[in-house]
Amino acid sequence: MTAALTAAITLDHVSVRFGDFTAVDDASLQIAPGEFFSFLGPSGCGKTTLLRTISGFVEPTQGRVLLDGRDMQGIGPNRRPTALIFQNLALFPMMSVADNIAYGLRVRGLSRRERNAKVESLLDLIALPDQGGKRVDELSGGQKQRVAIARALAVEPKVLLLDEPLSALDLKLRQHMRNELRAIQRRVGITFIYITHDQGEALTMSDRIAVMNRGVIEQIGDGRTIYEAPRTAFVASFVGENNAFIGRVVASEAGAAVVETSIGLLRGRNARGLVKGSEAVLFVRPEMLRPNPPADHQWIAGQVAEIAYEGSLTHVAFAAAGTGGLKLTMTLARGDTAAIPAAGTEAAIGYRAEDALVLPRETFGQD
Amino acid sequence: MHSSAGHSLILALPLLVTAGFILFSLLERRRLGALAPVSFWRRNGIAISTYLVVAVGLWTVIMIVLPQLYMIDLSLRPKLPPNQVGGPKDVYTLENYRYFLYGSTTSTAAWNTTHIKAFFLTIGASVLVTLLNFVLCYPLAFYMAQVTTRARVRIFMLLLITPYWVNEVLRAFAFRVLLGSQGVINTILLKLGLIDQPIDFLGLDVGLYAGLAYAYLLMMMFSLYNAIESLDRNQVEAARDLGAPWWYIHWSVVMPHAKPGIASGATLVFMLNAGALAAPLVLGGPRTLWFTPIVYDRFYQAFNWQQGAAYAFILLLACIVFVLLVLRLFRVGLGEIAR
Repeated sequence: MTAALTAAITLDHVSVRFGDFTAVDDASLQIAPGEFFSFLGPSGCGKTTLLRTISGFVEPTQGRVLLDGRDMQGIGPNRRPTALIFQNLALFPMMSVADNIAYGLRVRGLSRRERNAKVESLLDLIALPDQGGKRVDELSGGQKQRVAIARALAVEPKVLLLDEPLSALDLKLRQHMRNELRAIQRRVGITFIYITHDQGEALTMSDRIAVMNRGVIEQIGDGRTIYEAPRTAFVASFVGENNAFIGRVVASEAGAAVVETSIGLLRGRNARGLVKGSEAVLFVRPEMLRPNPPADHQWIAGQVAEIAYEGSLTHVAFAAAGTGGLKLTMTLARGDTAAIPAAGTEAAIGYRAEDALVLPRETFGQD
Repeated sequence: MHSSAGHSLILALPLLVTAGFILFSLLERRRLGALAPVSFWRRNGIAISTYLVVAVGLWTVIMIVLPQLYMIDLSLRPKLPPNQVGGPKDVYTLENYRYFLYGSTTSTAAWNTTHIKAFFLTIGASVLVTLLNFVLCYPLAFYMAQVTTRARVRIFMLLLITPYWVNEVLRAFAFRVLLGSQGVINTILLKLGLIDQPIDFLGLDVGLYAGLAYAYLLMMMFSLYNAIESLDRNQVEAARDLGAPWWYIHWSVVMPHAKPGIASGATLVFMLNAGALAAPLVLGGPRTLWFTPIVYDRFYQAFNWQQGAAYAFILLLACIVFVLLVLRLFRVGLGEIAR
């Protein structure tokens, strides 16, 4: 209970249903003050609904949302200590940059002097000093982004909610804004909740990530945990590239499991303790595969289909021998590329059993 | 205006309009240089372009410009017996406009108070009715444009439009039936014992204002609906998220966005109200002298078309000036209204 009191946000068995459709299904989590927390998932997974529930635009059908330990039920978005940054930013086009930033301050009845001082310091924070008089449509995409952040920060929220705010920017700017967002968050020190379908964004910026699928939070953890120790087949396949072998557990012992797949028996880490007979998926990351493996590796025979050179990395498409015509991806760093067999040649690739994960199949591969 | 001059004007004006078009397109090309969009002529071909310009030009000239020019000309001439038209007494004069201000030359009063009063009453009441229209339409327009579902909007549209299948005069009389001293509302109020004397709704001009407000409601409704519909819902939510109460959201976000729509709706309703004839004739109380019936009377009771034309022009000019002033006041450009 003490954790609930100190947490910036607590979701307590929150479900949101629209008619027959369940947008969020029994979500529970706690977010610490000052944390950069991301919800990651494909479109339609319920992450935006969850964000709107936290900001107060949607009331949960079941469960409670607590901000700073206070139950938010019946408290509208205009009276919650949260500020939302919309996907399309929703800046007010008929107002100047300064008036946009000052909007929440005007609502709170601050005097002109106080407003101006605050706006000025925020313009400094977002590195747009002396741009307050400009019209919103005179700004570039990245500048608009920063104005939206300043407008939200002006009301001194305890929690800043960001709904895929970078998705409209081009790649270069997006990467730049990631760093900037992170820097702003460190400077103001409040909780950021970030919604994205872009795993790169989630992994690079967040302290912790919640991966969502079909309204369910599948896993919560820091980037390393999510990537290296996914708990479900969905997380393993959605975050990062992964080679998946669907099959059935035929033996399990001492933390390892053997899965019978369409290309033969493969061994991997039995992280979820699956018993013999369970339907399972064995995942191997492309960077864990290597050509000409030593004898203690798990071997996969087949043919090199294609080699894609990408500078620091080289991606090899590998067609495994056997039924199903499985295509694998192997990624090698620049120093290891000498060992790649030429395209079209028969070859074997392999991985260490402890670098593969055996996870329950659930609905994986069925849609 | 005599027939030969009139004929040459009809023939010459479309050519002038066409020439004007070409001139404008050339000017535009020169000003914008390479940025200019494909020209009207290049896009449609010479034959179709010429047809369009001549057709629109003819339409504009014959239906709009010429009749107005004729009326202006008429308003500046004295009323004469037919055999003296074109004679030495048929000279340009401001007599008809003078009459509006000072009345008949034989009258002893300093000002033509009856007509001047009616004129300002018409303008003032039209402003009031326009405001009433806005107050009635804005909440519904906002609800339709931002809150409810598409299916509901269709139902609302039908409910709004179908009453207007009934013609204007009939609607005005319906208000009489409703509001007369033996009318439906008075009867019900009397039966319920809420009043013991029928209320003279028509004498109090309640009928007139209700009838006028109802007559041009749709103009306001659709202007507002269109303007509010294009507002991004996120803007409203962003304002709310930043802590704004609902009325401040309307004042600071929705209305500024809808300003062109509000302006065009208000302009239309004001103009139509100031020029309305049926409702004032049917519903006006005995003490109310609306300006349009006076204009009507100049034409058909006094058989003084010259004076009628002058009166109509006074009304038209006053309305245009008033509207332009209000637009300037609210910083709305004429171009924005047309959007």
